[in-house]
Amino acid sequence: MLTLECPYCAVMADETELSPGYEAHLKRYGPGSSDEEFEAYMFARKNPKGVHFERWRHAYGCGKWFLAARDTATLEVFGTYTAQSAAPPQALQDKIKAKRPDWKGYK
Amino acid sequence: MSTRLSKGGRLIDRARAVDFTFNGKRLRGFAGDTLAASLLANDQMLMGRSFKYHRARGAVASGAEEPNALVNLGRGAFLEPNQRATTTETFDGLEAQSQNHWPSLEMDIGVVNNALARFLPGGFYYKTFIHPRAAWKHVFEPVIRKAAGLGPAPKEMDGDRYEQAYAFCDVLIAGGGIAGLQAALAAASGGARVMVLEQTPVWGGRAPVDGDVIDGMAADLWVKKTVQALEAMPNVTLRTRCMVAGVYDHGYVLAEDRVADHTPGDGRPKKRLWRIRAGRIVAATGALERPLSFAGNDVPGVMLASAVRDYVVNWAVSPGDRTVVVTNNDDAYRTAIALKQAGLAVPCIVDARAVANGPLPTQARAMGIRVETGKGIAKVKGTKRVTAVTLCMQAGEGAALEEIACDAVAMSGGWSPVVHLWSHCGGKLTWDDTHAMFRPDATRPPISHDGLAMVYPAGAANGALKAAQALADAALAGAAAAGAGPIAAAQAEAREEAALEPVWIMPQGASYKLRAKMWLDYQNDVKVSDVQLAAREGYESVEHTKRYTTLGMATDQGKLSNINGLAVLAGALNTDIPNVGTTTFRPPYTPVTLGALAGEARGEIFQPLRRSPMHAWHEQAKAYFEPVGLWRRPYCFPRGGENHAQAVEREILNTRQGVGLLDASTLGKLIVKGPDAGRFLDMMYTNVMSNLGIGKCRYGLMCNENGFLSDDGVVVRLAEDTWLCHTTTGGADRIHAHMEDWLQCEWWDWQVYVANVTEEYAQIAVAGPKARALLEKLGGMDVSADALPFMTFADGTLGGLPVRAYRISFSGELSYELAVPAGYGQELWDKLMAAGADLGVMPYGTEAMHIMRAEKGFIMIGDETDGTVIPQDLNLGWAISKKKADYLGKRGQERSYLASPDRWTLAGFETLDGSVIPDGAYIIAAGVNANGQGNTQGRVTSTYYSPTLKKGIAMGLIKGGMARAGEVVEFTKLGGSPVKARIVDPVFYDKQGAKQNG
Amino acid sequence: MADPVAPWGNAQFDGFAKVAEIGPLGMITLRAKRDVAGLEQAFAALGLTLPDPRRIVIAGDKAAGWMSPDEYLLVMPYAAVNDALASLAASLAGQHHLAANVSDARAVFRIEGDKADQVIRKIAPVDVDTMAEGELRRSRAAQVAAAFWKDGQGYTLVCFRSVAGYMMGLLSHSAQPGSELV
Repeated sequence: MLTLECPYCAVMADETELSPGYEAHLKRYGPGSSDEEFEAYMFARKNPKGVHFERWRHAYGCGKWFLAARDTATLEVFGTYTAQSAAPPQALQDKIKAKRPDWKGYK
Repeated sequence: MSTRLSKGGRLIDRARAVDFTFNGKRLRGFAGDTLAASLLANDQMLMGRSFKYHRARGAVASGAEEPNALVNLGRGAFLEPNQRATTTETFDGLEAQSQNHWPSLEMDIGVVNNALARFLPGGFYYKTFIHPRAAWKHVFEPVIRKAAGLGPAPKEMDGDRYEQAYAFCDVLIAGGGIAGLQAALAAASGGARVMVLEQTPVWGGRAPVDGDVIDGMAADLWVKKTVQALEAMPNVTLRTRCMVAGVYDHGYVLAEDRVADHTPGDGRPKKRLWRIRAGRIVAATGALERPLSFAGNDVPGVMLASAVRDYVVNWAVSPGDRTVVVTNNDDAYRTAIALKQAGLAVPCIVDARAVANGPLPTQARAMGIRVETGKGIAKVKGTKRVTAVTLCMQAGEGAALEEIACDAVAMSGGWSPVVHLWSHCGGKLTWDDTHAMFRPDATRPPISHDGLAMVYPAGAANGALKAAQALADAALAGAAAAGAGPIAAAQAEAREEAALEPVWIMPQGASYKLRAKMWLDYQNDVKVSDVQLAAREGYESVEHTKRYTTLGMATDQGKLSNINGLAVLAGALNTDIPNVGTTTFRPPYTPVTLGALAGEARGEIFQPLRRSPMHAWHEQAKAYFEPVGLWRRPYCFPRGGENHAQAVEREILNTRQGVGLLDASTLGKLIVKGPDAGRFLDMMYTNVMSNLGIGKCRYGLMCNENGFLSDDGVVVRLAEDTWLCHTTTGGADRIHAHMEDWLQCEWWDWQVYVANVTEEYAQIAVAGPKARALLEKLGGMDVSADALPFMTFADGTLGGLPVRAYRISFSGELSYELAVPAGYGQELWDKLMAAGADLGVMPYGTEAMHIMRAEKGFIMIGDETDGTVIPQDLNLGWAISKKKADYLGKRGQERSYLASPDRWTLAGFETLDGSVIPDGAYIIAAGVNANGQGNTQGRVTSTYYSPTLKKGIAMGLIKGGMARAGEVVEFTKLGGSPVKARIVDPVFYDKQGAKQNG
Repeated sequence: MADPVAPWGNAQFDGFAKVAEIGPLGMITLRAKRDVAGLEQAFAALGLTLPDPRRIVIAGDKAAGWMSPDEYLLVMPYAAVNDALASLAASLAGQHHLAANVSDARAVFRIEGDKADQVIRKIAPVDVDTMAEGELRRSRAAQVAAAFWKDGQGYTLVCFRSVAGYMMGLLSHSAQPGSELV
């Protein structure tokens, strides 16, 4: 039963107000892409023990999708940010790097 | 015998007698009693039977850890099995029944198991019932099921009311003993919102029983003053009878509040489940005393030393006239002293340690109590009640030195901190060799969302077993949990106690015969010999041993047995206790009533039932409803003595020949608007929506990125920049979320807004050759074929109501779908029914709708699709744009295997004998597969008796599809020979569409 | 044309708090970004004030609530909706927005009395104690979506029309006499 802060409405939302959307920062591959690219986009999901980036929707609240950086083992939440982000904010990346020096980056 | 003492009892009110029954016998207790105290006061030591051997069982503890004294409470709709007598408060009219015996508690036939005990060792079930395989189902399982279980499951619906509530705090303190109260003071001093929950009705925990002196006051007084101080603080909430059941991620806590357990019938909910979000949690949950493992330690009358002390001090109940105390530590001497002070006999204190010369043993000796050091109990005599013990050398093999007559034994094997709440979310433990206990490892706490410690152990739960240390520890924990500055801790008088000496088996070299009578798990009948056997058989992991022997798997979850059991396992494996480790601590701490977990979700509000604006009319019309998601839709409207099939047939024929009404309000309706809305819909749908003319309707398909068909519906263009998308009934919320997902997360620079207006409108399909005549009778807008041709819509009025009329058809008939604001839905329905009376109008349900669309060869999401079907499989290539560079699913559909000629594609089927192909039937192919199963080449997706065509019709997917039209294939039929059917065009009715287009 | 029918027949329940289905109320969902030109004027033309995030501004029989960064809920008498939609269309002409009548899509309840907050505490995972003055909270009421705000001696709660019966049952159960959160 996580709590995540919605970056749009600043509600510290109970997990039961949210719906999950799996891995964040996927690049869409449409027509013209190779089989390998399409396979990676559709099916190849990370499943790290440690730092992970996820999509969540404040489904029972403001309805907005947002992204969260979370440690899948300790459940520490490093931060949340809007879905209109091509990459995690630099400050968040710095924070994670400081807390998890072995972290290899979000890609 | 056990009895009520004439004086004392800090928790009872002798002025208030309460009458209750046990197995039908009328008994009397006092207000403030637990049921166990009341029973003991009435010399009812025997309270139940064990699970496997049906051995006689009495209370061994005085609180939540009790494994034995389980009873049924109440009866009928208020029956509650497996309730602990030690935590049940005695109230006037309480009815308790003992359980797991037949025919009676005193005379239990099942005790035969007891004589066979040596044939029922650990792992017995696994070993015995594995062969022959067939015997399990017909022989073993029925017998075991009959023998297994404790109390009976209630047969009636629970007559009590339950509810849940949410709460929020900065610091939640679990446990209202002196540590919890001290931690609360520290946490609240800085202004934090603090909640203190105590599982019993009484504040203070063990300190008052143990006679601690705090800040110069008796513990009772200090507790009273501290509770008053906390009650006066606006930022503190205190609750008794509220058990913290579990700690979950990010400070989520469940607590069971026994609101009216002890006051049934007073109008309050029986229980309330608190769903608490706490910033930090202080686990001030105390410690539990461990039994000692000596032969016969399960005979009624053998109790924990602390429990004996509780019964004497709290409830003025003596468990026995002559109590032998057996211990490996100083603390148990308190029990001997308390018994002596109450005027009871303590024939001997048996101390396994070689030396016992601390202040407590000295005091005991001074009171004239005989103390035997270096000794143990070889054996307890008695079956339903202790009659005597024999002493032996602890270091020996159990040779009897002497027999001491007694009717109770108070045992203490030391204390184990209650680390459950610390451990629920992953807090790690460390082995404390000095005190022979696991305690929280402060360096490895459970983590909250901010990466910081979530749980702070305090007091005895943190291994600080003495009052002075517990208070100091709790003051620090409370302040740390609140992020507040330190406060001065209350000062307790120091208690000097000598170290305990771990004793896991008594005597150390006990024979098998003795070890086979040393109980570890009282409820599940797991003995020292069983754990040793498991170790010999290779069960080295404590988790495996637990499951193999059932140690700690009873309703008490091993609160008394786990540490002793793993110590025995460590001994058998010749390793250290920390190497063996503990089993996993999982919530709940003690069982939570299912009713509390269900809360309000039962009966009418078990789940949200979605009702259309005309639902009440349907109910009055005696509609037979079917669930569609959370909606209830009329399946059919039986009349007179009709069965459902007859009603469906009548509804179809009436619609095909006259006019019918369908409540289509549940269809999803999404407004999509903006400069980029057309471009967006072209991505959402496989076909082009951006070129749809204003006022026109178009059928569209939606796929997921995998290419598979996900939803369908009619899209209409309301204005230059505005479309209205209909979805399936089940698809409204899902497709809305799907659209928002793409707009927010992928194309966030596109200017498109979506609004879900599904419930704004009641929608009524008016279908049949007389549909137009009916609307014309209502009067208003022009509904002629010229003004409103097929696949167009218009806004206007009908019968004085504002409607939007769509010329769309899912039945294949001349059809209008009328949308009206939901608050007018019933009025429009009534007007249509009234105006159509002489046209023979009738409502039709979803089954008629399904059959009529199947007669027309229209696919249905969920019938023809199952998440692995692409539109091309359903011959819907015409609805897929070849011109568009992209749409969701286009790339997925380009994968080679989806273009394979081997794919099963849509065709119609007509049985040769006119019968109906069974639901789910497969089309048989030649040969068998690698597993010897018959090969298949397709399957039926929709199959009905067609009232219109008077024969069975079907759609299905078959390898080769319509290219094989005319071929006869065979469908499987359970319990019958295959059904022969010819592959035909799936459009069975009005192929040219003259009716719907008319 | 009779009056529109309230989803649950304006049912009432008297418990430790009073629960009543009110309405139908006029409601408009307005999707527009805050920086859209003319948005404040559009609100002003309706006698409304643009609310801050997570707030609702009540003005007589009208109110404007913040639902998300690009969504507002406008509340008004049922009969005022069509004029309001026309006014919005005029005020926001040429600006990217979506205004839709959702009056009939919703059910509205009032929970009144000293202990009205306790009903909310039983159904929503919301820290009622830290709700700000004039806060509109969108959340979950047991198993369905709901929005609520404090208004006078009680709360106004909005949910979808189809679950009005469920909501009435839920609120009534939660307001049962004897079940006060003491």
